[in-house]
Amino acid sequence: IMCASAKYNTRGPALIPRMKTKHRIYYITLFSIVLLGLIATGMFQFWPHSIESSSDWTVEKRSVHDVPVIKLPADSPIPERGDLSCRMHTCFDVYRCGFNPKNKIKVYIYSLKKYVDEYGTSVSNTISREYNELLTAISDSEFYTDDVNRACLFVPSIDVLNQNALRIKETAQALAQLSRWDRGTNHLLFNMLPGGPPDYNTALDVPRDRALLAGGGFSTWTYRQGYDVSIPVFSPLSGEVDLPERGPGPRRYFILSSQMALHPEYRLELEALQAENGESVLILDKCTNLSDGVPAVRKRCYKNQVFDYPQVLQESTFCVVLRGARLGQAVLSDVLQAGCIPVIIADSYILPFSEVLDWKRASVVIPEEKMPEMYSILQSIPQRQIEEMQRQARWFWEAYFRSMKAIALATLQIINDRIYPYAAISYEEWNDPPAVKWSSVSNPLFLPLIPPQSQGFTAVVLTYDRVESLFRVITEVSKVPSLSKLLVVWNNQNKNPPEGSLWPKIRVPLKVVRTAENKLSNRFFPYDEIETEAVLAIDDDIIMLTSDELQFGYEVWREFPDRLVGYPGRLHLWDHEMNKWKYESEWTNEVSMVLTGAAFYHKYFNYLYTYKMPGDIKNWVDAHMNCEDIAMNFLVANVTGKSVIKVTPRKKFKCPECTAIDGLSLDQTHMVERSECINKFASVFGTMPLKVVEHRADPVLYKDDFPEKLKSFPNIGSL
Amino acid sequence: MQTRKKYIFLTFLASWLLLFLFGGDQLRRFSFFSGRKAEARRNWPRWTDRSLLKSFADTEELQRDGDPSLLSPRERRAAWLSVYGSSRCRMETCFDFSRCEKHGFKVFTYPQEQGQPVSETYGKILSSIERSRYHTANAEEACLFILSIDTLDRDHLSGQYVRNVDEKIRSFPLWNGGRNHLIFNLYSGTWPDYAGDVGFDIGQAMLAKASFDTQSFRPGFDISIPLFSKDHPQRGGDRGWLSQDSVPPKKKYLLVFKGKRYLTGIGSGTRNALHHIHNGKDIISLTTCKHGKDWEKHKDTRCDKDNIDYERFDYQELLHNSTFCIVPRGRRLGSFRFLEALQAACIPVLLSDGWELPFSEAIDWGKAAVVGSERLLLQIPSAVRCIHPERVLAFQQQTQFLWDAYFSSVDKIVHTTLEIIKDRLSPHRSRSRFLWNALPGGLLVLPDFSTHLGDFPFYYLQHGYSPSRKFTAFIRAVSQAGSLSQPILRLIQAVSGSQYCAQIVVLWSCEKPPPSSGKWPQTAVPLTVIQGRRQLSHRFFPFEAIQTDAVLSLDEDTSLSTSEVDFAFLVWRSFPERIVGFPTQSHFWDPEQGRWGYTSRWTNELSIVLTAAAFYHRYYHSLFTEYLPAGLRELVDGLAACEDILMNVLVAAVTKLPPIKVTQRKQHKEAVAQQAECRDRAAGTPPPGQRSPSAPHSAPAEVKGTAGSRRFSQRQNCLNQLAEWFGYMPLVSSQLRLDPVLFKDQVSVLRKKYPSLEK
Repeated sequence: IMCASAKYNTRGPALIPRMKTKHRIYYITLFSIVLLGLIATGMFQFWPHSIESSSDWTVEKRSVHDVPVIKLPADSPIPERGDLSCRMHTCFDVYRCGFNPKNKIKVYIYSLKKYVDEYGTSVSNTISREYNELLTAISDSEFYTDDVNRACLFVPSIDVLNQNALRIKETAQALAQLSRWDRGTNHLLFNMLPGGPPDYNTALDVPRDRALLAGGGFSTWTYRQGYDVSIPVFSPLSGEVDLPERGPGPRRYFILSSQMALHPEYRLELEALQAENGESVLILDKCTNLSDGVPAVRKRCYKNQVFDYPQVLQESTFCVVLRGARLGQAVLSDVLQAGCIPVIIADSYILPFSEVLDWKRASVVIPEEKMPEMYSILQSIPQRQIEEMQRQARWFWEAYFRSMKAIALATLQIINDRIYPYAAISYEEWNDPPAVKWSSVSNPLFLPLIPPQSQGFTAVVLTYDRVESLFRVITEVSKVPSLSKLLVVWNNQNKNPPEGSLWPKIRVPLKVVRTAENKLSNRFFPYDEIETEAVLAIDDDIIMLTSDELQFGYEVWREFPDRLVGYPGRLHLWDHEMNKWKYESEWTNEVSMVLTGAAFYHKYFNYLYTYKMPGDIKNWVDAHMNCEDIAMNFLVANVTGKSVIKVTPRKKFKCPECTAIDGLSLDQTHMVERSECINKFASVFGTMPLKVVEHRADPVLYKDDFPEKLKSFPNIGSL
Repeated sequence: MQTRKKYIFLTFLASWLLLFLFGGDQLRRFSFFSGRKAEARRNWPRWTDRSLLKSFADTEELQRDGDPSLLSPRERRAAWLSVYGSSRCRMETCFDFSRCEKHGFKVFTYPQEQGQPVSETYGKILSSIERSRYHTANAEEACLFILSIDTLDRDHLSGQYVRNVDEKIRSFPLWNGGRNHLIFNLYSGTWPDYAGDVGFDIGQAMLAKASFDTQSFRPGFDISIPLFSKDHPQRGGDRGWLSQDSVPPKKKYLLVFKGKRYLTGIGSGTRNALHHIHNGKDIISLTTCKHGKDWEKHKDTRCDKDNIDYERFDYQELLHNSTFCIVPRGRRLGSFRFLEALQAACIPVLLSDGWELPFSEAIDWGKAAVVGSERLLLQIPSAVRCIHPERVLAFQQQTQFLWDAYFSSVDKIVHTTLEIIKDRLSPHRSRSRFLWNALPGGLLVLPDFSTHLGDFPFYYLQHGYSPSRKFTAFIRAVSQAGSLSQPILRLIQAVSGSQYCAQIVVLWSCEKPPPSSGKWPQTAVPLTVIQGRRQLSHRFFPFEAIQTDAVLSLDEDTSLSTSEVDFAFLVWRSFPERIVGFPTQSHFWDPEQGRWGYTSRWTNELSIVLTAAAFYHRYYHSLFTEYLPAGLRELVDGLAACEDILMNVLVAAVTKLPPIKVTQRKQHKEAVAQQAECRDRAAGTPPPGQRSPSAPHSAPAEVKGTAGSRRFSQRQNCLNQLAEWFGYMPLVSSQLRLDPVLFKDQVSVLRKKYPSLEK
């Protein structure tokens, strides 16, 4: 079975087996036959469908009034009432959805019909503008299928958005005669205005048996958690009025109430608040003395003052959203659009998309009993949080409220995530506004673990042909107590590595990996041979590091396993004259990078470097034979948000940057090239992830007046 | 071509063709057909008159939202209760919020009755509540009540089943129909249906129950808790088993299960099918028929072979070596296996339809477990194989975090239950879902401190905040009234010289009043004097005066230079969740004495940074004062020099990381400096200026006089008491010190930013 996720090659870049010529012919034949079969299948599968288009679905332009009319006999069956005990595992048929590599459910939409009763009176308006938009959105989405046999979820085209606009019994009969109704299994109904006078039920009253309900205005008693989906009440105003996003910050009013139909009891309490707190609280009501032609829905009044609605919402920090006859209120959408923080006062209300949205980040929920304390509760919210909530409110509107499309797709995604939970969208993806997604990091190694010392580290030496120097490095590194394996990456394809007997005899296993191409990225490949978490990348000419220094470096890495821990440090600077980044290798008081000519890091970053390096950086580095270390520094800083750790004092390194290009001396052109790398990478990453710090790590007793023989790492800093 | 090969080849071909003919569904998704398909796809029509369609409701109707209904809000609330009764309780109908208003969230446990022994587990739960900071012994001020009757095991076939609970409960004057009561339960129902009811009328009480099913669960009211064994530790608890992060996961097995196969009865459907996915290679699914007395009666043909296979593998070995663990329902929905897998970092694959997952009100299980469907068991292997290796790593780490934050001890389970209830009382001062699911976890984040993530030391990176650029110097002064000592004057000068210093706050911990404002030195930054109490723990009180994220905690006789302060503050900004400071000490396990040892010698390691000179986040003041129970603070106040150890232990328990030591100049105050009380000083301790620095590596025990050794033994004693209270030793050792990049390098002094640190 195919996986959606890619399978990674863990073998190493080198080994491509050469097929025997004889076998190759078989494979080619096989391949061509397979290809033929494929084409044939394609014809077989798709030809019939495209000629089969029925009259319901002709592409030509049609009006909603031209749709077929269905007459419902008075005695046609009515579904059972909604079953309150329904859950996905009891009422939903998952077998219809199947296992599929994309982890997407398939949604079918019934074609539009006009339903009439025995006397020819229509059951409801054929379809509302919003429901048409919703169905169009589903039809245009990845979820859609036109094949009723492959569908996992069925959406009737019978419009039940507003219960007041339909006849309950007849609508139920219309549902029951849908071709795949089957007690409503896997059917999804969208309803925004449930209930009717006088008791206003909080869920659609149309009997619907096992159908799922995406409803606006659920209470905790009618909402079947994990089965129904709570959706917003769409506000058509948001299509008419353009409220540009307003930067967060203080606004003229602190609390605003803009609803027109409030229970007198609530209005009294609000007015009491206003009396107590004065001008910062504004309680608006409908206007009584508007001249003709002014739409009452776009105006609000306070005494004789007239305000534009919904623009006035942008003038307030908090906006009250009180329950009316129904729990779900369209004003919530207007309030969010205005970037006003909703203060939701509606006990037992299930907030829209509460299964995935964290409303605490965008709203304040106050129990009805605590209304008198509203002012002090809101006052206690820190200013910085208010600004974030304003941004968050606006983001919720943009992502999940602004159009019927947004509402439809969020609903389907929620159901999709229940069916394929292992591929579900995460909390962060649902809730973080783009600005946060952009500025935040989620460290893949987030658990604070100090890896056990016993694991040790694997030294990976990249070499080309400097055998003598390589052997010295091997001998030196092998003295480090925590070394557990040594891996030599032989990057020279023209020359064989020395014979086994010639290599230095060391106490740990030594493996040589031959590469297929002389590429710098070979040093960062996640070889299977690396069995430890810690990797020491070391060049074949770094012989000046003492065993104590390396061992100490490993100990420091254990305390910072998600960072690059290295010896020579470097810095990036902003060049104000040239208006770009500059690479600095002078002795500075700051570091932002360590060279990977000698650095410890987590093997995970090898995996990231090889498979997840953004843009074309990896190829660019291989082509230029330079800057692989800078790329690694960028990668780690970008994913963790943390600085490097430079260990131990400055040493005289033999131009470590030059090792990549043999023989090149540290000169101006080299520095220019390194600077270019920084600028290139910063533009690919879209940001400068490197962090500048002023510290380095030394042993606790470094240079302290204390007998050297009692120190754990005495031999540090010798030149 | 050899004939045999030819046949193989042909079969191969034929199977390919078959696959294509019948696997057409899959193929249609291939991209090279999609272009064709889009044309053929019958989409929802673009109606010609779509722009003329009427809106589902006109704006007027939406805004007026019917007539203001006749029922007043209060009447409606009353109506709900009568309509839905206690079986559908919600906080707003069945919970009396007014009880919690005056005294806050206080929990009362009924006194133990004579002759009513409770089980070991219930005893642990009760003692967890009594250890909690919310416990009260006074029923008058209580907001939540916990019964003393053991209600954990309500299987009436069990030996621990308590009879006549109904009668007993009705005799309690505080019962009040169960209002504001919380009832714990681990097992309910019995053979054959294991129904969820607990066998007595709980009325309007909340139920904290294991194996909760979604149907009887009252959302926002009940709490689902995990099933835990009677050996579950009271406090502390073992760490998770994940010791290395590797991608791809280096485990021998992909998916394992070893357990009973029910031949009949509830739950047998899933358990009977588990053997189907066993492949003997990376998926090991072993079931035994042996359970109960009469298993042989129901024995089927598989049993004998299965039973033999079953013995070949060790459960613990499988747990340690697998990436995923199947956690199917047993007779009941929850099982011990769930917590075992969580601890083992074996990602739970749940096959328990309708199980309300533990603490699901707070915990986002989608980040730590694969919620499978019992009906789709056969898809599980391919589903878990397709989970991306990076996601597997994230799952594994999340299991460890959740285990350690909420499940590893009875204390944590009970305290999580209480915090979830407390959060409901004031939704505006509660933890967001993010807080519950990110390190360090909801229990350690106090919404009363702030609800803004940027005010805590933990979330800077995740949300793109950074800690404030200034710090508050917080000096605890105990010197004689009337005149200020030389050291404190020097200290104020040095600290106020720092470009990062926002303000200086002096905590005047003497009973005598502080010197008048004219006696204090003139400084560039504001200086505030607070009259403090003498208790040592008072220095960590969350004073309003502290306005910055960073606090530089100082003793009055600490000697620091401006450069030291500047450098340390910059380091702190890189590690805002840790304590960053100068003099350090360390702890070690003393195998001879069988207890924790403590040393202030110069050692190669450190685990405690003295708060006589240290930067830390101001949130730790709140955590110290609000989170730690009063008993611990009393302990600290009773011992002369323990408060800084407690602070270190607390921060280490929160971060699981060691503190950070930064460069200090040689003449730094000796670590053993007196935390002298005003009175001690009056009795003739030499003024700090004349104190000769003792040899740096002399142990405190060797310091002349008994005061030093008494202090030393008190600190050692303190360390052991804290380890006992926490249930483990939270302190973590570090082997490094952070120095300026060019520290003592052979470069010109002129190049160095902090030359004075090298003197």
